[in-house]
Amino acid sequence: MSAVDVVYFSSVSGNTQRFVEKLGVPAKRIPLRGREAHLTVTEPYVLIVPTYSAGDGSGAVPKQVIRFLNDPVNRSLIRGVVGAGNTNFGDHYAAAGDIVAAKCGVPHLYRFELFGTPDDVRRVRDGLDSL
Amino acid sequence: MEKLKLIDRVNAINWNRVTDDKDLEVWNRLTSNFWLPEKVPLSNDVQSWGRLTPLERQLTMRVFTGLTLLDTIQGTVGAVSLIPDAITPHEEAVYTNIAFMESVHARSYSSIFSTLASTREIDEAFAWSEQNEALQRKASIVLEYYHGDDPLKRKVASTLLESFLFYSGFYLPMHFSSRAQLTNTADLVRLIIRDEAVHGYYIGYKFQRGLERVSQAKRDEIKDYAFTLLYEMYENEMEYTADLYDGVGLTDDVQKFLHYNANKAMMNLGYEGLFPSDVTDVNPAILSALSPNADENHDFFSGSGSSYVIGKAVQTEDEDWEF
Repeated sequence: MSAVDVVYFSSVSGNTQRFVEKLGVPAKRIPLRGREAHLTVTEPYVLIVPTYSAGDGSGAVPKQVIRFLNDPVNRSLIRGVVGAGNTNFGDHYAAAGDIVAAKCGVPHLYRFELFGTPDDVRRVRDGLDSL
Repeated sequence: MEKLKLIDRVNAINWNRVTDDKDLEVWNRLTSNFWLPEKVPLSNDVQSWGRLTPLERQLTMRVFTGLTLLDTIQGTVGAVSLIPDAITPHEEAVYTNIAFMESVHARSYSSIFSTLASTREIDEAFAWSEQNEALQRKASIVLEYYHGDDPLKRKVASTLLESFLFYSGFYLPMHFSSRAQLTNTADLVRLIIRDEAVHGYYIGYKFQRGLERVSQAKRDEIKDYAFTLLYEMYENEMEYTADLYDGVGLTDDVQKFLHYNANKAMMNLGYEGLFPSDVTDVNPAILSALSPNADENHDFFSGSGSSYVIGKAVQTEDEDWEF
């Protein structure tokens, strides 16, 4: 059993949620809408985050994830990031993962596209177990 | 050919009352991604073009003419045919943006041609595109479904075009780019590839929302249809790829790229990929021409993991994340 939980964000398209469901590990979802209760975590976790990016790369990290990480307690418990995206975005593929990793000083553990292939799911599940 | 159906009634679009947040998000993304071919210094590729072999030049012209045909279909028929099926007025507006950008893409290939090639080479390539059976079949398969009467099937065909059918063509500029050839042309094609990702994602998303409104029996029928259509397109793409790339010995490499993108196209529709990982292992040089972040060195779990650092809390503001 992994020593860390998973925290993730997924938009209404649900790709990241689908990846997390396939992982089958305990996971908490960062609320989509501001009126929902703020998520506060108490255990170490790995963040799984999709990338939203304009052409110039701005706005890559979803606002909801920024809000979650602006909470000092939440930020202190992050142990790594898994970034989701699409290689079609070139330099910006999984850019949100790069940004969060740099900002929080934790490794960008893995990148996957859309809702991930079976290989992606297996590698991330094994990887989380080894942390 | 029958006249395209137009919607009967129009209400003024109110962007201050958006029922699906995805419409506004994608509209913002597409408009901020807007570009024109004039911003790419294509003339810097003239010397590189001169160093290609005659066979490579002919291949390039044919590939880009094939892409032009698909962009023309998507701009004038495909994206437009989705408008009457839209559920929200904002969805209609997004399709008009997609249609226009497809016309920009089609126009871009002509910019590449006029910068690099002679009138004779251009005319020969367009003549070839009209005679190549696999290319014409590719066009007619898609057109058939755009003129059909099922909105969900139209979205399947459109997503497969955006996320699968272009890639036998996109391979070539990535191949050249990995060898430092035609690098400005590759930069332009990367802008097109980025746009197509948003288009395929959005149309696939709207397809999945549409599936939620129909019976399980209909969902099963549509799923069968999607895989059947993919397979029909796939067999044709194999033939088209061989027609183009056999002469330069790249057919096998292109086919892996097609498998990889076929899986992503199905994922855009919400389905699991069809092809197993042993046939989707894209040449790393092609993958890194597409995205420098895509290589295995970025997989921490498989690496040494020696750089593991525990996070330090630093106060951050929203603005700190804009980099």
